[in-house]
Amino acid sequence: MHWYWIDRFLLFERKKRARAVKLITLGEDYLHQHFPYFPVMPASLIIEGVAQTGGLLICEANGYREKVVLGKLPKFVFHETVAFPGDTLTYTTDVISLTGNGAIVSATVHKNERLMAEGEVVFAHLKGGFAQTTLFAEGNMYEMMQLFGAYEVGVDEEGNPLVDPKFDEICG
Amino acid sequence: MPTKEEIFEGVRKTLVEALVVDEESVTPEATLLGDLGAESIDLLDIVYQLEKTFNIKIEQAELIPTDLLNSTQYVVDGKLTADGLSELRKRMPNANLENFEKNPMIQNLATVLTVSDICYLVEEKVGRAEC
Repeated sequence: MHWYWIDRFLLFERKKRARAVKLITLGEDYLHQHFPYFPVMPASLIIEGVAQTGGLLICEANGYREKVVLGKLPKFVFHETVAFPGDTLTYTTDVISLTGNGAIVSATVHKNERLMAEGEVVFAHLKGGFAQTTLFAEGNMYEMMQLFGAYEVGVDEEGNPLVDPKFDEICG
Repeated sequence: MPTKEEIFEGVRKTLVEALVVDEESVTPEATLLGDLGAESIDLLDIVYQLEKTFNIKIEQAELIPTDLLNSTQYVVDGKLTADGLSELRKRMPNANLENFEKNPMIQNLATVLTVSDICYLVEEKVGRAEC
């Protein structure tokens, strides 16, 4: 199984906002354990989808130079707790603070058209010895951006299409 | 401009929410990273919440200069050098560094930043914003 908890970016505005969609399908193995004959998308994986949406926004804002990790959820409220196969989840994250040490985004989760959850997510840039830790392979974040179609919908600060930096520039 | 008491209450509310601690434990003398159990990631959140509450701008390095602690220029064998200490004094002019200076291992900096240091910083910023 791959650790991808969004399917595609719908919108990607550098240093500002990202919106991504996750389609829940009965073909996903984990749903058959959570729970047998009552498949429900786990809330923790919804939060992971939010973190991937916001985290990639922060990674790209830093030109992929920082190791961005989910730090904490100072606020996160679920207004309803269950999403089923056939539901569409839309994750929207807005940058509210971006510094050298990390970032904070506000986030909403919509199930189909309805607000399902909302909150804030704090991301840290790994520093010191932690920055040497191999958490993910070089270029992973860029590859996820490619896979999720961020360069197809993304725009920079001036509203111009995002220029794909290509793998070699990121990892060279 | 808010009074000292209002600033303390605002800081206390921020710390209670960000660190999920009891109101009673947020005293002026309580150290942020020691007594209140804050971690470096919490500082980002605390800075943002303080900015929002008091409508001010704070650089995280003004709260605690984490960049100094990661610097190979000022840290040798986990200890802040004399130059590092002098830089720290410049960067945290209101903090009581007396105990830390006796054994300036960087992990001991946890004992330095107190709630009243944060209040002082906010007072200073609010004062400047009003000028």
